[in-house]
Amino acid sequence: MGMTMTQKILAAHAGLDEVKPGQLIMAKLDMVLGNDITSPVAINEFEKAGFTDVFDKTRISLVMDHFAPNKDIKAAQQTKQSRQFAMKHGIVNFYDVGCMGIEHALLPEKGLVAAGECVIGADSHTCTYGALGAFSTGVGSTDMAAGMATGKAWFKVPGAIRFELKGKLGKYVSGKDVILHIIGMIGVDGALYKSMEFGGPGLASLTIDDRLCIANMAIEAGAKNGIFEVDEITRAYMDGRAQHPYTVYAPDPDAEYEKVYEIDLAAVRPTVSFPHLPENAKTIDEAAAMNIAIDQVVIGSCTNGRLSDMAAAAELLKGKKVAKNVRAIVIPATQHIYKECIRLGYIDTFIDAGCVVSTPTCGPCLGGYMGVLAEGERCVSTTNRNFVGRMGHVDSEVYLASPAVAAASAIAGKIANPEEVQ
Amino acid sequence: MVKGKVHKYPDNVDTDVIIPARYLNTANHAELAAHCMEDIDPNFKEKVTRGDIMVAGWNFGCGSSREHAPIAIKESGIACVIAKTYARIFYRNAINIGLPIFECEAAADGIEDGDEVEVDFSSGKINNLTKGESYQAQPLPEFIQNIVNKGGLLNSLK
Repeated sequence: MGMTMTQKILAAHAGLDEVKPGQLIMAKLDMVLGNDITSPVAINEFEKAGFTDVFDKTRISLVMDHFAPNKDIKAAQQTKQSRQFAMKHGIVNFYDVGCMGIEHALLPEKGLVAAGECVIGADSHTCTYGALGAFSTGVGSTDMAAGMATGKAWFKVPGAIRFELKGKLGKYVSGKDVILHIIGMIGVDGALYKSMEFGGPGLASLTIDDRLCIANMAIEAGAKNGIFEVDEITRAYMDGRAQHPYTVYAPDPDAEYEKVYEIDLAAVRPTVSFPHLPENAKTIDEAAAMNIAIDQVVIGSCTNGRLSDMAAAAELLKGKKVAKNVRAIVIPATQHIYKECIRLGYIDTFIDAGCVVSTPTCGPCLGGYMGVLAEGERCVSTTNRNFVGRMGHVDSEVYLASPAVAAASAIAGKIANPEEVQ
Repeated sequence: MVKGKVHKYPDNVDTDVIIPARYLNTANHAELAAHCMEDIDPNFKEKVTRGDIMVAGWNFGCGSSREHAPIAIKESGIACVIAKTYARIFYRNAINIGLPIFECEAAADGIEDGDEVEVDFSSGKINNLTKGESYQAQPLPEFIQNIVNKGGLLNSLK
């Protein structure tokens, strides 16, 4: 029986010629990731279990991004604990304030993850790196601790759903709209325990940023991982950047899929996911017609804080003003992206429009800080979750959208179609 | 074998309502338990007693990978969780920290809030003492039983 991309990568990392869905395997890890919220729990477990050494100090990444720069004293204690652990064990890829970025934007940018690798991270959006053709999945802190100690993790080999992409995205339509559209179609548990494998001729029209965004939200359909076939665009991104030689795996022609969906990219409209589940997707045409007034816009996160996201927002905000009574918060995801935004004039555009621009942080996405919502407030956000209370008060509302829709909505003061604002 | 009173929840209970991120600035188990289920059931911490059982629908524990979620549930005194399905990271995390967890659609449909329920971990048999019904869940696979018996993943590696 043929294997999917994910099955091939898992087989290779388990030292097996072949694996089948449902099989339990022990796999070698190429990278183990944690952040300032999940690492302290992992460090406590690591130390409680009596481990004294990490398996490889070059293959662990600790990124202080969620509540950093420290939002309060307790958060400061957590980054301090992570920092001390990193120093004690000589963790090479420790990213603190000044060099950190949002982890899932930072690791690909630094070449710390690449095609064919097997990666775990104590953060659910670790599935992002599947965009580069890696097997990458979110785990908890105990798995992270075990991974740091042994360089291995157990997995149940997943079955897969194949997304065959064709056509080309229209103006103001991005990877975010594609993944919100797909989650709307299959539901928040539509890919539970499975791989979402993306390929087909439509791939050629998707940038790396589009793919990172799509793979990032595979978890929002319940998937174990999202993974993209590797093409010239992926290679061009990884060459000269990847810190280790990479291996390209393609699915076997006779790989078995539990389902195959054909997605015509040209038919995807800008999409907005309504409270309180990412599956509540509506096209911008439906959403804009509802005249939903908003209080806040957030443009950033591991989903949409990359340079092309900043460019999409800047294009709409240039020469325009954010509506009165709307707070617009823009967060470039890494220091590199921030500098590029300065060089390209985007920061001027944002500030002139009345936005505030923040240092990299996950802060508002999970209601941590830098934009917490009050009772009854509504936010259009380029983040990934719109659960009850996700960004603040239990009676606040989050509408998930692309940077273009978020920027258009900031200008209009309500959920708006970028085609109309422009 | 555990026996306890049921706290019942709907489908797609996410980890943000199990333990809101505003409380993730600590890894202290007791502090996490103090805010368990706060955004979906504000009175949970007053209602729950040690040995109680949590029952829910599809896709329990979806969202964030925060291990703080099963930790908060376990530390609250919940002896066992039964749901129709789980989000996969929550499932892993629960096993890894030694929180017993079962998938059983019939039980999740049949059991109501406040019912007295008995769960046999080794056989997967669930008895609803209030309604006089019983349901059969898949027992945990052997390698997972090994992790749970040894008190979590890290202890099983030693």
